[in-house]
Amino acid sequence: MATQNRRDFLKTATFLSASALSIPTTHAKASEPEALNENRMGVLVDTTVCIGCRNCEAACKEAHNLPMETSFNINNRDIFKLKRRPDETSLTVVNEYPNPKNKLLPTDVKVQCMHCDHPACVSACIVGAFTKHKNGAVTWDGSKCIGCRYCMVACPFQIPAFEYNKAIQPRIMKCDFCFERQSENKLPACVEICPTEALTFGKRKDLLEIARDRIKRRPERYINYIYGEHEVGGTSWLYLAGQKFSNLDFPVLGTEPAPGVTESIQHGIFAYFIPPIALYALLGGVMWINRRKNSEEEK
Amino acid sequence: MEFSMKPAQLKIKYLTPGVAVLILLAFNGFVFLALRFLYGLGYVTNLDLQHPWGIWIAIDVASGVALAAGGFTSAALGHIIYKEDYKIILRPALLTAMLGYTFVAFAVFIDLGRYYYIWHPLIYWNGTSPLFEVGMCVMIYATVLYIEFLPVVAERFIGKVNFKGIFSFLNKPVDSLLRTLNRGLRKTMFIFIIAGVVLSTLHQSSLGTLMVIAGEKMHPLWQTPILPLLFLLSAIAVGFPMVIFESLIAARSFKLKPEMEVLSGLGRMVGPLLGIYLAFKIGDMAIRGTYVYLTEVNTQSVMFMIEVIVGVIIPLRMFFSEKVLRSKLWLFVASTLVIIGVLLNRINDFLVAYSPPYAFQSYFPSIGEISVTIGFISVLVLLYRAFVMIFPVISLPDKKLITQAKYAVRGGAK
Repeated sequence: MATQNRRDFLKTATFLSASALSIPTTHAKASEPEALNENRMGVLVDTTVCIGCRNCEAACKEAHNLPMETSFNINNRDIFKLKRRPDETSLTVVNEYPNPKNKLLPTDVKVQCMHCDHPACVSACIVGAFTKHKNGAVTWDGSKCIGCRYCMVACPFQIPAFEYNKAIQPRIMKCDFCFERQSENKLPACVEICPTEALTFGKRKDLLEIARDRIKRRPERYINYIYGEHEVGGTSWLYLAGQKFSNLDFPVLGTEPAPGVTESIQHGIFAYFIPPIALYALLGGVMWINRRKNSEEEK
Repeated sequence: MEFSMKPAQLKIKYLTPGVAVLILLAFNGFVFLALRFLYGLGYVTNLDLQHPWGIWIAIDVASGVALAAGGFTSAALGHIIYKEDYKIILRPALLTAMLGYTFVAFAVFIDLGRYYYIWHPLIYWNGTSPLFEVGMCVMIYATVLYIEFLPVVAERFIGKVNFKGIFSFLNKPVDSLLRTLNRGLRKTMFIFIIAGVVLSTLHQSSLGTLMVIAGEKMHPLWQTPILPLLFLLSAIAVGFPMVIFESLIAARSFKLKPEMEVLSGLGRMVGPLLGIYLAFKIGDMAIRGTYVYLTEVNTQSVMFMIEVIVGVIIPLRMFFSEKVLRSKLWLFVASTLVIIGVLLNRINDFLVAYSPPYAFQSYFPSIGEISVTIGFISVLVLLYRAFVMIFPVISLPDKKLITQAKYAVRGGAK
């Protein structure tokens, strides 16, 4: 290093800054997410109507070819003694909670991916394996995924599940809003089978109106809150309830999009690569000055 | 003083009782590693749907990157600020960083569910993902470190390439390849050195951005938008303590006299650097008002207090004391405390602060996870020992120049 002279330094530095200036243009196209489709679909879940029959769980397993254990029996209501979470073999589960208004009518809550409007998983995924589609669905692409599980860290609802017990090709498992069925103009499997119409499938903006209308007509039945309307910037799945959502294990979340400040930080650091290049130039300058000083001292 | 020091290969015996223990630990780690590849992550680790990341990420990757910061801080000091007095720490720090980043890459590899797709980020880009940026920077920086180490390889083998038997026809081409590379790098090395420092500041900070997206799942004592800045500042602060720590251990293990003058000089810089880190950490706390969480007694608040008091405040005070800077033992203790502080900070940030909303049980690493991590560290130490024996990394007093040095001392200047 010490033998390197000043002219070499300058020569290479000039070449370098010239080539560095040409970099930003190629990377400048910031990956702005596609604008949300106004007609994106959603599902309104009315927890006051759900009876906990768990037909949706069975239909979901069938639609996604998931293993149906011999112990799986939708008539077994003992299962409600424990709170369950969606996992790699069940993309949706129903939990039951006591109803303070009527002890004989417990509240049943179906849990699955909320299909956020600004999904943290889409923003976080290292290889962009998640996609927010026009119809509102957030899906996972197994051909890209490297299994880093950062989506699980990022998801505010703790939904993505991982097949820990597979040595080869473990998958991230989560509700895909029956993306394939929807492209064949079929309803999501859970919506189709629901016998009490606790699940309403439709355009998200229409569902919000329906939800507001229901609250207005039956104020004694519902609390005046639509969960998912504003949570983490809005979700495709919306919930109505007769009691506080925090009692039903819904996380208390802000209205900022789930990726939060992460994207602003990232875009700040990498604003067209200017900060890194500026730092590079600064360090280069410091190095040059110090070397010159040093070589002058030696003379 | 520095005129009398010259990097040389160490002539020591490789196998000692300590080395034998390390080999055993490494072997133990490999057994669990084999199980992980045969039966999947779930078989060896305590990870579950609520806790997707464990110590392989918090210690092997996050702390590994932080503790390899000695590479870029000493490169900045020695090459960019151009303090020639610190030349002798450059190669050991470079070697540690190079081995460290290699192991970080390995740790990521084994933690990935689909490890064989580790190259995917090269073709599938996601600019909004801080993990993507960390991945790319680490990949490029590791390459830069290998390039920076090439002149050492060249110095060792030019004119001495000696393949035996059927490979002997390779001797000439390899020698001329080394000569060409060495000549080319002599003129362009500064590009890589500056790039190394820039890449380090980028990914050291982005490593902090990683957990910001976990939002409400992170305890407010750690969750702050300035996490990337705190990660960068703590990485810069731990760089020199790590160099001091290694130099003192290496001196003891290889029975050399530690260069106390150089190490005290490094130590003198640690105090202010730690002070800046602490100021931002406390300032952030005051602005966000998170000190209220310290009144609750729980794992998080206790761990936070240990991290800040033992890992930052005590060593901060120590590094400002002349007595500590001049004493081998106290300098070692102070440096160790800073290292523990940063290690704890990374563990706290990735594991302790992370409280998933539906956890049925909390996460504690399994025997398998701990074994693999210890195995990795053992292999790292074993490789370091082998490298300093093969390559001229550690500076030894140059016998030819010692007489000159004596005159210099008599002259009184240095």
